[in-house]
Amino acid sequence: MTTDHSLAAEGLHLSYGDADIISGLSLALPSGDITGIVGANACGKSTLLKSMSRLLTPRAGQVVLDGRQVHAMPAKQLARILGLLPQTPIAPEGITVADLVGRGRHPHQGAFSRWSAADDLAVAEALDTTGTAELADRPVDELSGGQRQRVWIAMALAQQTDILLLDEPTTFLDVNHQVEVLDLLTELNQRSGVTIVMVLHDLNLAARYCDRLVMLSGGTIHAQGTPAEVLTEDNVHHVFGLENRIIEDPVSGQPLMLPIGRHRTLG
Amino acid sequence: MSITPLTPTAEAVVSLRRARSRHWTSIVVILSVLIVATFLASLMVGQTFYSFDTVVRVIAGEQVPGASFTVGRLRLPRAVMALAVGLSFGLGGVTFQTMLRNPLASPDIIGISSGASAAAVFAIITLGLGTTGVSIFAIVAGLAVALLIYLLAYKNGAAGIRLILVGIGISSMLTALINWELTRASQWDLQEALRWLAGSLNGANWESVIPVLIALVILAPLLLGQSKNLSITQLGDDTAEALGVRVSRTRLLVIVTAVGLIAFATAAAGPVAFVAFLSGPIAARLIGPGSSLLIPAGLVGALLVLVADLIGQFALGTRYPVGVITGVLGAPYLIYLIIRINRSGGSL
Amino acid sequence: MTATSTAVSTAARLRRSTRVRFLWMLTALALVVVLMIASTMIGSRNVGLEDVWAAYGGSATGFDQAAVAKRIPRTLLAVCVGAALGVSGAVMQGVTRNPLADPGILGVNTGASLAVVIGIAFFGLSSAEGYIWFAIAGAAVTAVFVYAIGSLGRQGATPLKLALAGAATAAALSSFISAVVLPRGDISDLARDWQIGGVGGVTMDSVLLIVPFLIGGFFVSVWCGPGLNALALGDELAAGLGQHVGLTRALSAAGAVVLCGAATAVAGPIGFLGLVIPHACRLLIGLDHRWLLPFSAVTGAGLLTASDILGRIVARPAELDVGILTALIGAPFFIAIVRRQKVRSL
Repeated sequence: MTTDHSLAAEGLHLSYGDADIISGLSLALPSGDITGIVGANACGKSTLLKSMSRLLTPRAGQVVLDGRQVHAMPAKQLARILGLLPQTPIAPEGITVADLVGRGRHPHQGAFSRWSAADDLAVAEALDTTGTAELADRPVDELSGGQRQRVWIAMALAQQTDILLLDEPTTFLDVNHQVEVLDLLTELNQRSGVTIVMVLHDLNLAARYCDRLVMLSGGTIHAQGTPAEVLTEDNVHHVFGLENRIIEDPVSGQPLMLPIGRHRTLG
Repeated sequence: MSITPLTPTAEAVVSLRRARSRHWTSIVVILSVLIVATFLASLMVGQTFYSFDTVVRVIAGEQVPGASFTVGRLRLPRAVMALAVGLSFGLGGVTFQTMLRNPLASPDIIGISSGASAAAVFAIITLGLGTTGVSIFAIVAGLAVALLIYLLAYKNGAAGIRLILVGIGISSMLTALINWELTRASQWDLQEALRWLAGSLNGANWESVIPVLIALVILAPLLLGQSKNLSITQLGDDTAEALGVRVSRTRLLVIVTAVGLIAFATAAAGPVAFVAFLSGPIAARLIGPGSSLLIPAGLVGALLVLVADLIGQFALGTRYPVGVITGVLGAPYLIYLIIRINRSGGSL
Repeated sequence: MTATSTAVSTAARLRRSTRVRFLWMLTALALVVVLMIASTMIGSRNVGLEDVWAAYGGSATGFDQAAVAKRIPRTLLAVCVGAALGVSGAVMQGVTRNPLADPGILGVNTGASLAVVIGIAFFGLSSAEGYIWFAIAGAAVTAVFVYAIGSLGRQGATPLKLALAGAATAAALSSFISAVVLPRGDISDLARDWQIGGVGGVTMDSVLLIVPFLIGGFFVSVWCGPGLNALALGDELAAGLGQHVGLTRALSAAGAVVLCGAATAVAGPIGFLGLVIPHACRLLIGLDHRWLLPFSAVTGAGLLTASDILGRIVARPAELDVGILTALIGAPFFIAIVRRQKVRSL
C-alpha cells in the first residue's frame, strides 16, 4: 500500500536560543517499522521529532528523506509524505470531529481548489479506521481524552502520509486508552505499512509496542536496536540513574523494567 | 474508484459538509441583502427624504435637481465609506483574531490601530495638516507600529501570546502620546482630534473614499487567498507546519495585508470603535464553527458601520459620530464576550 | 555536616540578607530625600539651596523662594502618589500572582477616569475633593470586575487573560468616556486635563486630602504582607499553611484599590509605575512582601519624583506631564518582562 521511504538524520545539531539540545546526532529510521524514542525528560526527544518534520531548522547537519533534504522541500509536498502529531495540538472551539479530520486534507488541496470526492473518502476512511465515525458531528471539546486522541490520529490519517511521527500520543490518557491508542497505531502499521516514529514516556509500553527503540541521553543516542538490545539494566541505569531489574514480560515476551528504589524491596 | 458506492461513513461526511456550506451561503446572502437595504436607506433618509426611485436614478447617473447633489455628493460617498470601512475593519479584525487564536486579540485592542491614531492626532494638532496629510501619516504609522510590535514579539518565532501582550504595552504607550498631543491642542483642534479619535464619517467625500476602496480591492483578495492556510494555523503552529503550512510566512503575509486594510480605513474614518473587534465573533455566532469567517465577518462589519451611522445621524437628539454609537453598543457585547470566552477558555 | 550546624549556617545566611535589604532601604530613602530637594530647585527657574532651606522654613521672600513654595506641594504629591502606586502595583501583582498586573494594564485607571468624567459631566464636580470618592469607587468597581472576568475559566487569572480583560474593559470604558465628553464641548478641557495625569499646579489642600486614604491603604497592605507571601504559593498551599485565602485577598485588594484610586483622583491616571516598581524591587531585595511593600513605596516615590523633575527639564520651559513620562519609560519595561517570560506561563 505504501511506498518505502528512507528517513535519516545526519550529524544533527539542534538548539533553542543558546542552549544546545541535540549535538551531532545521526539516525536512520527503517521503513515500515514502529520506532520508539525514549529517554529522560529534557533529553531532546521532542526536539528531535520536530526537526525530523521540518519544524525546527538544525544548526548543523540535515534530515534526509529519500535523498532530499527535508528543510529544502516544499512544505506541502513534504506534508503528503510525512505527518506529525504534536503533543498539544489545538482544536478551535466548537469544531466538529468531521471538520477537524477534514483539515488533515490541507496538503492535498490548493488555495482556492474545491473540496473533492477523494477528500471525502479519505476523511471517511480515517474516521472508520479510528472508530470515530459515530462521533462525526460532535464538537471535539465535548469528547473524552481517549476519544479526542483518536480524532487527532484520524486527522493525521486523513493526511494519508506514509510516515507518521507522534509526540507522546499517550500522555494524559488513562491506561486503558493508552493501550487502545497503541493498538490502533499497531494495526495501522500492520495493515497499511505506515512507518511510525513516536516519542514515548512509558518504557515498558514502548518495549512492548515498538519494533525498535532509540534511547537518547544528553542530546545523543545512547543505544538503539530491538527492545531487548536497548532496554537493559545498564542502559536504564545510565540514562535515568535508576537501579532496576529487567525481566521478561510474561504477556509479550519483551523486556519489562522494574524500578528499584531505596525502600520497599525484598531483602 | 469513482464507481465504488460510498460507505455509510462517507455519506455522512458528505452530507455534513453540504449542510454546513448551505448554511454558510444562506447567512452570506442574508447579510448581503441587509447591507443593500441599509445602504439604500442611508441614501434616502436625511434632512430631505428622497424616494427609492430618485435614489436609483441618481446612482444610474441621471441629473436630478437637488437630489444629484445631496445624494450623489453627500450621502453616496458617506454610505460607500461606511461600507468600505466596515468591510476593511471586519476583515482585518477577524484575521487577527483567527491568527492569534483569541477573539480578544483584535487590532483595536492590541495596538495596531493606536499607531495610526497617534500619528493622525499628531498630524492634526502639531502639523495642522488637512485630510490627505492626516491619512498618509496614519497609514505609514499604522504599518510601522504593527511592524514594531511584530519585531518586539519575535523571539524564536513570533508567539501569538507575546504579540498580544507586546501590543497591549505599545498601545498604552501610544495612548500616553495621544494624551500628550491633546494637552497641547487648541480648543478647535481638540474637538477635531477627539471627533477623529472617536471614529467619524463626517466629511466623507469621493477623494477620501477612493484610497480605501483601492486598498480593499487589492488587499482583500490577497487575504482571502490565505483563508485556508489561516484556518489551518488555528490547530497550533506545530500541527499547521506538519500539514504543510509555512506558519511564519503565512503570519507575516496575513499581518501585512490585514494591517494595510485597517490602516487605510482608520486613516479615512478614524478608529471606529469595536467594529474590528465585534465583527468576527458575531460572524462566528451566525456561521458556527469550522467554516471560513473572513467574508461573513467583513459583511457584518459593513452592516455594523452602516446601521451605527444611521443611528448616530438621525435616531438621537444630537448627532453622534459613528464610533461613539458602535462603542456604546459594542461595549456591553464586548464584556459579555470576554466573560463567555474566559469561562470556556476557548477561541473564536 | 549535622542537621543543626546546617540550620545554624542557613540562619546566618538569612541574617546577612536582612542586612543587605536594610542597606538598600536606607539607600533608597536617602535618594528620595535628595530627589525631593532637587525637585524644589529645578524648574523653569532654577533656585539655589539657601532659598530652598528658607522656603522650607516657611519664608517666601523674593521670586526664588516663592517658586520653591509653589514646588513644595507638587513634590510632596509626587512622593505620596509614587509611593501609593508602587505599593498598589506590588499588592496587585501579589494578589493575582501575575507579573503583568498594574492599575493601568488592568484598566483600573480608566474606571477611575470614567467615574470622574461622569462626576464632572452630571454632578458638576470640579475639584479634587469631589473627585476622590468617584475615583475610588470607579477604581474599585473596575478592579473587581476585571479580576472577576479575568479569572473565569479553568486556569484562573493567567497573565494573558488578565491583561486582555483589562485592555478590553479599558477600551469599553473609553468609549463610554467619549460618549459622555464628546457632546459636551464645555467640559472637554476639564476632563482632558484630568485624564493626562500630572502633579503640577496642586495645592497643599489636595495633598492633605489624600493623605488619610494613603495611610489607611498603606497599613492595610503592609499588614497583609505575610498573607501575600503565603498566597504566592498558590491558594491551596496557602490554605494548607493556615492562611485565610479569601479574606487576605479581599483585604489586600481593598488596600491596593484605595491607594490607587486616591492617587488617581488627585494626579490623574498614571500608568506603568505600579508595574515597573515591584519588578525592580524584587530584583534588589527579593520576594518577601514584608520588605517588598515598604521598599516599593520608597522607590515608587523616588521614581515619580524623578520623572516629574525630568518632565520639567526635557520640555523646558513647558512641562511634560508625569503620566506621559512614566508610560514612555514603563512600556518598554513591560515589553521586556513579556519577552522574558516563557510562553507557556503566559
